[in-house]
Amino acid sequence: MNPEFFESAAMPLFDQLYNFAHWLTGDRTDAEDLVQETYAKALKGFRSFEEGTNLRAWMYRILRNSFLTSRAGLRAQNMAALDDDDDADLQVATSHSVTPELLLLQRESEQKVMNAMASMPAHYREIVLLCEIEEMSYKEIAQVLAIPIGTVMSRLARARKVLRQGMTAKSSEKAAKWTVIKTPSR
Amino acid sequence: MDCDQNPVTLGSYLDGELPPEQADSVREHIGGCGKCAAELADLVIVKRALRPARGLFTPSAEFRRRIERQIEVPRRRPLVWRLIPATILAAAVLLVAVAWTLYPRRSNDFAEVADMHVSALASANPVDVVSTDRHTVKPWFQGKIPFSFNLPELSGTDFNLVGGRLVYFHQSPGAQLIVAMRQHKISVLIFQDSPEMDRAFAVPAGVRHRDAFSIETWQSQGLQFFVIGDAEPAGIDKLAQLLKAAN
Repeated sequence: MNPEFFESAAMPLFDQLYNFAHWLTGDRTDAEDLVQETYAKALKGFRSFEEGTNLRAWMYRILRNSFLTSRAGLRAQNMAALDDDDDADLQVATSHSVTPELLLLQRESEQKVMNAMASMPAHYREIVLLCEIEEMSYKEIAQVLAIPIGTVMSRLARARKVLRQGMTAKSSEKAAKWTVIKTPSR
Repeated sequence: MDCDQNPVTLGSYLDGELPPEQADSVREHIGGCGKCAAELADLVIVKRALRPARGLFTPSAEFRRRIERQIEVPRRRPLVWRLIPATILAAAVLLVAVAWTLYPRRSNDFAEVADMHVSALASANPVDVVSTDRHTVKPWFQGKIPFSFNLPELSGTDFNLVGGRLVYFHQSPGAQLIVAMRQHKISVLIFQDSPEMDRAFAVPAGVRHRDAFSIETWQSQGLQFFVIGDAEPAGIDKLAQLLKAAN
């Protein structure tokens, strides 16, 4: 492929890739290093890039693989071992007892949602990011993560559950704080 | 109310990833299942809550420039621009070559003019037509040279016409006039102009020096004039001005 084509096709992805990298690493410097490494690898391997391949998925895959082998990526993997993508327990785990509390989320600040995202295990965070932030199709996500579409579906469902639990926990904590604060005044 | 709907399917439905038939089926199910409707509502809330995460982190302009430089393809200038240095170099080489070729020739041509002056003075018969009258000297050249020229009136000046003779330069006939300025003898040589003459004597106006002779040359009316002698440059130039005025 023509290097000039790479320059014109890859730079429009720059902002998205950086946002994704920052979400994965949680740090500006690490994100910059990751994006720089991604572009360097992509430029080097672009000659073997086959026309018609999804460039966006290809670039995200390079970035994601680079992250996994980076210090920040290894640290993130050590913190949370990848759960079984089997969705057997999803049915049980999905509880609607929290629904009224979830409704409170609509009044939660954006920062709280961001915190819940940031505290998720990396492998869940990345699939939520690819689906919700990058608005990729399941097929694209499967290409980026190199997993079957079925696994994309189950892992995404699990990630959403974890995210909701994280968000609800924060809401619950807040509700509890309100209770604690209000009790003495009664 | 219990429901066996797979939550994975609800997520896929929300993301628009189900085949149309299955999506219709799920939509119909949700309409009658409060549990799944609530589950879907939760998923929608999560999806909406995540919208601000899009573009939350933005790269710095400096970092963007760094990446752009990293992947920038070296721009090749158009062929015309790339050829300019080569063209200039070729022109310079050509110029030096031409100058190298012409300089010795020009030098030789000036030497030949000087030789004609010296050989005339050294001859036992410096002139073929002896006369101080320009109306005698000029007609003498009729039929001998393929051009005509005008002689200025020298009476009342520092110069006296001695006579004239026929000479050849580059195999072409020309006129040589001997003019006296006090004890100095000055030659006036007149030839037909030609491209070879142009190349040999394309020099700035004014008196030049050659082997202790002063020499001035110019072109006029298709003729190449030379005034050469051992007189002071001012005298040479004065005679040249008289000839220029006459031609």
